[in-house]
Amino acid sequence: MAKAVSVRGLHKAFGARTVLDGIDLEVEPGEFVALLGRSGCGKSTLLRILAGLDRDVEGTAQVPGTVSIAFQQPRLLPWRKVWKNISLGLHRPDGRAVALKALEEVRLTDHADAWPLTLSGGEAQRVSLARALVREPDVLLLDEPFGALDALTRLAMHHLVEDLWARHKPAVLLVTHDVDEALLLADRILVLDEGRIVATHHVDQPRPRRRASVVEQRVRVLADLGVEVEEAA
Amino acid sequence: MTLSIAGVAARPKSAPPVQARKFKLPLRWISPVALVLLWQLASSTGVLSPDKLASPVTVAQSAGELIADGQLGEAFAVSITRVLFGFLIGGVIGVVLGLASGLSRWGETLLDPPVQMLRTLPHLGLIPLFILWFGIGEEPKLALVAAGVAFPLYLNLHAGIRQTDPGLVEAARVLGYSRVERVVHVVLPSAVPQTLVGLRIALGTAWLSLIVGEQINADAGLGFLINNAREFLRTDVVVVGLVVYALLGLTTDALVRLLERRVLRWQKR
Repeated sequence: MAKAVSVRGLHKAFGARTVLDGIDLEVEPGEFVALLGRSGCGKSTLLRILAGLDRDVEGTAQVPGTVSIAFQQPRLLPWRKVWKNISLGLHRPDGRAVALKALEEVRLTDHADAWPLTLSGGEAQRVSLARALVREPDVLLLDEPFGALDALTRLAMHHLVEDLWARHKPAVLLVTHDVDEALLLADRILVLDEGRIVATHHVDQPRPRRRASVVEQRVRVLADLGVEVEEAA
Repeated sequence: MTLSIAGVAARPKSAPPVQARKFKLPLRWISPVALVLLWQLASSTGVLSPDKLASPVTVAQSAGELIADGQLGEAFAVSITRVLFGFLIGGVIGVVLGLASGLSRWGETLLDPPVQMLRTLPHLGLIPLFILWFGIGEEPKLALVAAGVAFPLYLNLHAGIRQTDPGLVEAARVLGYSRVERVVHVVLPSAVPQTLVGLRIALGTAWLSLIVGEQINADAGLGFLINNAREFLRTDVVVVGLVVYALLGLTTDALVRLLERRVLRWQKR
């Protein structure tokens, strides 16, 4: 079976600064992968390359299927109604019906005719997710989509993403610096540091996961990030 | 507005602004009304001679007469036609050039430098050239209005397009918008607020250009009415003309505001 994502020997430099230093990565269809690392480790750059937003690279980055993305900021068009934001670019005659169905999945049907600026941060981010998923992508790229949300909204969003992923089964690449988020959601966690993948963790716990079930792994992942903790279970 | 200091937030929010609004309007009218009364008093007592400035009552009477005998309506029609056509010509030029230089790199490279240089010229200073080029008929008046309109529209449309959030364009690319869709749904709408600012400046400049342009040998229009009145020392008619100019300016400004409210209804208020 073809890989959803295959990256080989990927190098990327901005001037003299190397951002990605030989990345090899394969993602299976339907696999949930988290890219974990500190700010500036190159994880967002990798995602931008996979999204086709940056083509000036060495090495290969192949994404054979359709790609969709949700960013840290929702990046909705403020001058188009919520449903239009979802259906634009789909080129389908039944755009509104498709958008309404997508909004139902993120439980925002009531806001279909609202202006994006009237939404809360969490609501806007849910619209952004719906907009990404309505394209039925083979690969869904999530660039710290919960980073700007408050802690409670973030928890709700984790459940929502897990739910949507289980239903649509795209391969997911989630960029985050939140260890707990990665442990709760991902099949595989890749730790990036200075443009390299320095560690890989497979998370085999059944879903939905509780924090308690991943405590030991949490310590090991944190150690790979250079954070030493001793946590009682 | 959410300016708050500790302690103030606890007060009922709605009460103070409502009260303030109730008394604000009449209070703000005190001094203008007083000035008009003072003006009338100065005229009635003979301190202010009618040759320098007619009294408000005389102005009002003259306005009534000018309206009744159709002079004002005719002059008004001529002037507003000048502004309309001048505005259309200048608007098309400003928008076409603004789009060309905002949406294409070559357009910007070739168009922006000369326009940026020319805009430093005060366009009212072009009158002598316009008279030489177009004579003293309607054309120099239209050209003057058009020049006053084209520059602010160009500058603000161009700036508005350049200010488009690159994040939105990126998102549109990944989400599969075509190039035309990116322009129509992302770039142009984000330029609209700035363009409306340009529109308001353009309309203000249009009236100003008209007033100056109508000093050139006009044989009809508000400028003619005013100039003619000057020769007969009719300060009352001059003031009526000025008031009409002011009302026209206010009206177009209100129209733009209305347009803004309609077009920018997506903005949070």
